[in-house]
Amino acid sequence: MSENRPSNDTALHLLIVDQNVMRAAVLEEGLRESGYVKVTILRDMQNLLRRIVDIDPDVIFIDLENPNRDVLEQMFQVSRVVRRPVAMFVDRSDADMIEAAVDAGVGAYVVDGLRKERIKSVLDTAVSRFRAFNKLREELDQARQALDERKLVERAKGILMKERGLSEEAAYSLLRKAAMNENRKLTEVAQSVVTAARLLR
Amino acid sequence: MLNSRAVVVGFIPLLDCAPLVVALEKGFAAAEGIDLTLVRESSWANIRDRVVVGHFDAAHMLGPMAIASTLGIGHLKVPTIAPLSLGRGGNAITVSHSLWDAMTRHGACSGADPRSQGNALQLVVRARERENKPPLTFAMVYPFSAHNYELRYWLAACGVDPDRDVRLLVIPPPLLVDAMREGQVDGFCVGEPWNSLAVSVGVGCIVAPTTAIWPLSAEKVLGCRLEWAQRRPDLLAALIRALYRAAQWCEVEQNQQELAMLLSQLRYVGAPAALLQRGIANRLRLQPDGEAVAIADFYLTARQQATFPWASHALWFYSQMIRWGQVRFSAGDLAQVRATFRPDLYRLALAPLDVDLPATDSRIEHGFFDGRSFDPDAFEAYLAQPI
Repeated sequence: MSENRPSNDTALHLLIVDQNVMRAAVLEEGLRESGYVKVTILRDMQNLLRRIVDIDPDVIFIDLENPNRDVLEQMFQVSRVVRRPVAMFVDRSDADMIEAAVDAGVGAYVVDGLRKERIKSVLDTAVSRFRAFNKLREELDQARQALDERKLVERAKGILMKERGLSEEAAYSLLRKAAMNENRKLTEVAQSVVTAARLLR
Repeated sequence: MLNSRAVVVGFIPLLDCAPLVVALEKGFAAAEGIDLTLVRESSWANIRDRVVVGHFDAAHMLGPMAIASTLGIGHLKVPTIAPLSLGRGGNAITVSHSLWDAMTRHGACSGADPRSQGNALQLVVRARERENKPPLTFAMVYPFSAHNYELRYWLAACGVDPDRDVRLLVIPPPLLVDAMREGQVDGFCVGEPWNSLAVSVGVGCIVAPTTAIWPLSAEKVLGCRLEWAQRRPDLLAALIRALYRAAQWCEVEQNQQELAMLLSQLRYVGAPAALLQRGIANRLRLQPDGEAVAIADFYLTARQQATFPWASHALWFYSQMIRWGQVRFSAGDLAQVRATFRPDLYRLALAPLDVDLPATDSRIEHGFFDGRSFDPDAFEAYLAQPI
């Protein structure tokens, strides 16, 4: 039984299986900040079973984008080598926590026999770190999109300046006026200018 | 409620997600008044979890997975039902060239019946034992899958113990061909187009379609929570009708090229249309340098009542779960398993269409390659049979 494992919660051995380097780092940092000292990251999916046997974790986290989740599940089903972890919890009362984890995009496997209250906080940490990472990724996407849009407007301005001999300022206000008159977004008008210029070339 | 006609369905990129894709792309779902969204998933575990938490109303599901969820094996116990089958067959067993070479030295020959292929494999396994070579490694896609049970059934009937004589792993379909190329697996059982891909890139050869092991074998289902089916019977019935019609469309010969093109898109299966075409047309190339051969009833979407969720299919899957130690027999479980596949809901949904339906919900499953048949009404006697 796992109850003869160290009783101090921060002594739990946590394994992160994630091919996304940044996300794994974000989770690791969060776990360490919460006082967990035994955190291992596994990025290489080769010989997964052998590696897990060697590492012997109490809790395994895997990102839900990882098709190797099915590999893990089978190991736990049949393996006599690995102490048997089970998919998150098998008890209906934990539906909320499972929902939170699935929403955040993290799967957790917990060694059978570990008491629920011992892992609640480590799971909460993982869920909140995954959420933080998702937010970060969203912000990055938005930033990238904003940059792309700015580039597009710059190109449209350049075309107007060259074709119509306008100053930069005049080119910009022309774009804005067109957008307002047609009730379209500035970037849409800029895209039309760029497309038209390409077609007329 | 944002959109009371919205239905979100998860799927795994495999040939047999075809009726779902066609229901959406060819307007069968819209014609039934449902606003269908398909979400591509990367693992069966995700399909299960996202059905459980309600991200998906329904999903392209492994038949045995619906049963495992209903019984709560290895995960939350969530009553799950299968009110429609997503076709029959479509799987094959593929082996690496080096294993095939060894098998041919022991009498295997391309296109032969599964018994003689299996006997050859058994001789290879015994020879390796004598030579102290490590056991062969086979892969399938999920512990609760027809693939797992078909592969095990074949191995066991040919004298190879799937737990002792070989190593049996799960590898996700998109990673199988690479695993075989790198020598990590000697054989696998998977749905199309992955067998054809292994053949076309010269990594393996197909030793047997699993329909040679069990003709018209049960495969994927439309799975959903019982709770959703009870809350939205209107949407479920509309979805069943849309999928029934889509499955009919898939089988019309003139549509097959278009079907292959549709599925080849990255957001669906993302494999070359020419490879998908092989499974759709029931014509597989078994060897890289061989001709395509016709395999009767290799993959059916509609013919032979292919969408009917036979209760006997659920019960056969349950018999295999017990056989391979995933669960112990209980009369209570037996009743729950029987109630997981829902021919009654299928009949109810299709009543307005005036189509031919089977007279019974359960039947004796015949034609297993070892000569056995499965009588669901003599369940315990089947389990007790010597193998």
